[in-house]
Amino acid sequence: MKITEKLALDAFKNDKDSHILLDQDICHACKERFCIYACPGNLYSLTEKGEMTVEFAGCLECGTCMIACIYGSVKWKYPKSGFGVQYRCG
Amino acid sequence: MDKVDVIIVGGGLAGLACAYELSNSGLTVIVLERGDFSGSKNVTGGRIYVSPLRQYLPDLWKEAPLERHVTKEILTLMGEHNSTTLELYSDRFNQEPYPSYTILRARFDRWLADLLSEKGVFVIPQKNVDGLIKEGERVIGVRTGEEEIGADCVIAADGILSFTAEMGGLRQPFKPEHFALGFKEVIQLDPKTIEDRFRLGENEGAAQLFVGSLTRGMTGGGFLYTNQESLSLGIVVGIQSLNRREPREEIYKLLDEFKERPEIKNLIKGGSTIEYSAHLITEGGIHIKPKVYGDGMLVIGDAAGLSLNMLVTVRGMEYAMASGVLAGRAIKRAKERNDFSASSLAYYEELLNNSFIIKEMDTFKNSLHIIENERLFSKYPQAISSLFEKVMGVDEKPKEGLYKTICKGLKKDFMNLQTFKDWLQFRKI
Repeated sequence: MKITEKLALDAFKNDKDSHILLDQDICHACKERFCIYACPGNLYSLTEKGEMTVEFAGCLECGTCMIACIYGSVKWKYPKSGFGVQYRCG
Repeated sequence: MDKVDVIIVGGGLAGLACAYELSNSGLTVIVLERGDFSGSKNVTGGRIYVSPLRQYLPDLWKEAPLERHVTKEILTLMGEHNSTTLELYSDRFNQEPYPSYTILRARFDRWLADLLSEKGVFVIPQKNVDGLIKEGERVIGVRTGEEEIGADCVIAADGILSFTAEMGGLRQPFKPEHFALGFKEVIQLDPKTIEDRFRLGENEGAAQLFVGSLTRGMTGGGFLYTNQESLSLGIVVGIQSLNRREPREEIYKLLDEFKERPEIKNLIKGGSTIEYSAHLITEGGIHIKPKVYGDGMLVIGDAAGLSLNMLVTVRGMEYAMASGVLAGRAIKRAKERNDFSASSLAYYEELLNNSFIIKEMDTFKNSLHIIENERLFSKYPQAISSLFEKVMGVDEKPKEGLYKTICKGLKKDFMNLQTFKDWLQFRKI
């Protein structure tokens, strides 16, 4: 089962604005890319231009990326009231 | 500005237990929950130990929508191509009152919130708290969107990342070594199949933990809990260990590899995954417990870092609920004295220190050093399984004596200075 298929099982209500903001200057200087390896939703990736991006729409709201990024690039808030993942089992 | 007596930020177990304690006390209490309903943002492995909670919340458990009472504790040590399993059944686990249950939070928390609504507590969904309103150092309310609500006391019950405690200046900075990531699938299976595969009676449950090669040398392990009509199957990995992993690989793949292991594959066969979720766990123990009270403010549950990894058991939900009740008691006392200053609310910490929560967290204060020892998660499970395989196995060569086999195995993997040092360290917990 692909990770995208797993995420598709969850109920999401997505805002148009991302609740995760990245500091591209910090990301450019980063060699380890902790976020890519740590995100359980596999939502982080590099664009062809070498910019770090995150698909916030599938965010499981664990906050792991914010903790794993020791350089402090990940500015992470909860999605606005009423948005984000809605677990039915938990 | 509208004003109530108490605002509880977060409608999870800590916040709801606090509201429960405060219901029927004459205080006006509101719970602000950011999800569509209580439980919709919550995740556990998981299993809840009810025994320590009965003294705090005696009436709650009869009607509670818990899953199965756990009658079997299973520990599996995983090598690369083998595994050894230890299974504990006890009559005690199968007698009422049952000590522990498997649990799904979206069901349980929602039920508890509905119960509170019947008791006159307002649990308001879809309400993020965006800021605290302060008068000097004193917290006098919260901001949610455009709205401001005043209160004598604000309770941060917003979980492990507690932005409310942070805004109140009551949170320690995040460090990877103090957190673990847990992620899991909920796999639907019919109850009869679950009971047959785990050899359980009706409503009986199993809790299985896995350590060893499944985490690829990282600190952590796997878990499997039987719910009424599903299995919760997941993995926990320390974030520092995850950051240091070589060669680098995306963490989510670990669960797929785990599901491919024959030990797991046969247990989940025919099941369909219905949810994928992830959550953080605090591993810092008592060392990172923040200050839990301030002027007009208390911090409870995960927000206060009240959780513990005891290697074979992970604790958090009981601490959340009990700390919520204790905070409720401290608030009732503060109300009687009409004093919500930090020195009055410090009574909460006193209650916490005298409870099982801080006593256990103190007893296990060295467990963090132990779980940082990666040999525990790679070398030893492999060595034990390999030795057991040699004892049990028969191959083309004439079999050596059992005593000789065991001595050889012990000499190879355990009779060395490193293991002796690990043993000395292990004695501290």
